Amino acid sequence: MRRALLILPLLIFLVLAGFFLSSLMSKEAGVTELELPSPLLDKPFPSFDLPSVLDEQTRITQADLKGPALVNIWATWCVACRVEHPVLNRLAAEGVVIYGVNYKDNSADAIKWLKDFHNPYQLNISDAEGRLGLDLGVYGAPETYLIDAQGHIRYKFIGVIDDRVWDTNLAARYQALVEEAQ
Amino acid sequence: MTRRLNWLALGLLLLVGSVSAAVDTFEFSSEQERDRFYAIGAELRCPKCQNQNIADSDAPIASDLRKEVYRLLEDGQSDEEIVDYMVARYGEFVRYKPALNRETLVLWFGPLFFLLAGVLAIVLLVRRRQKVAASAPAAELSPQEQQRLDDLLNKKSQDD
Repeated sequence: MRRALLILPLLIFLVLAGFFLSSLMSKEAGVTELELPSPLLDKPFPSFDLPSVLDEQTRITQADLKGPALVNIWATWCVACRVEHPVLNRLAAEGVVIYGVNYKDNSADAIKWLKDFHNPYQLNISDAEGRLGLDLGVYGAPETYLIDAQGHIRYKFIGVIDDRVWDTNLAARYQALVEEAQ
Repeated sequence: MTRRLNWLALGLLLLVGSVSAAVDTFEFSSEQERDRFYAIGAELRCPKCQNQNIADSDAPIASDLRKEVYRLLEDGQSDEEIVDYMVARYGEFVRYKPALNRETLVLWFGPLFFLLAGVLAIVLLVRRRQKVAASAPAAELSPQEQQRLDDLLNKKSQDD
């Protein structure tokens, strides 16, 4: 019994070391930032009433977002969004529904960007003041939300969607929402 | 030479002016409101630069959140309502003072538990030692040992 007590500190140390090591290893190299879980999961997409990027006169509301779909937060000032853009183009060509939220940007720049790099978005919401972004809990573009057929947020992905992220993570989630809707 | 130094001094002054920290210009209706603004800002963690509060941080998102806190304050919301508003959007993570609920129970009472466990361990150890000391037969010397001790002590006092 006393012997067992003696190795207790060592056991506690090993458990803690294992815990720290696993959380270190679970992050990609170079990524030190913690990805925050969204409090909006399984909640309806926040309500909004904002102009379209392509046509100031057209208003878009949450009812216009028809899931299952991706809602992608992007901006022309966002360098990483440029990396992500070709992937979104390819996904759109494959039939994935993508809506864009042009976050804290101006529409003239955004329109030029969409002309230059192709437009993968079914709709593009102009969130020039970032109010929708705030309601969504956006803290850095690009961010992508998966919404289901009922317009509920089912998943939030922070960072650049590249081929690997799509293939290993998002594709299956999107597919599941598509199947759920049928 | 002095002329050149003057220019240098001016240059340094300008440089200092350009590196001021996260300072926004908000107009508060009262001193009390200003205090509340800073108190809330210190309590909310910046989601982007995760080891700073939003009052400290220079990140654009922190600036947005400060503006939002200001707007809500002016709107007449209570401190609690403002923090809840942020938590609803950015999650429990933004609280530097986590709410007391089932998930944070360990966080709140873990240290107290370890402290009490430590105190208990010490009390038990001390008790056991006292018991051992009390129950052990008083060390008695055999006549030979006593003799030797006396000799040694005597020898020591003679040496002095």
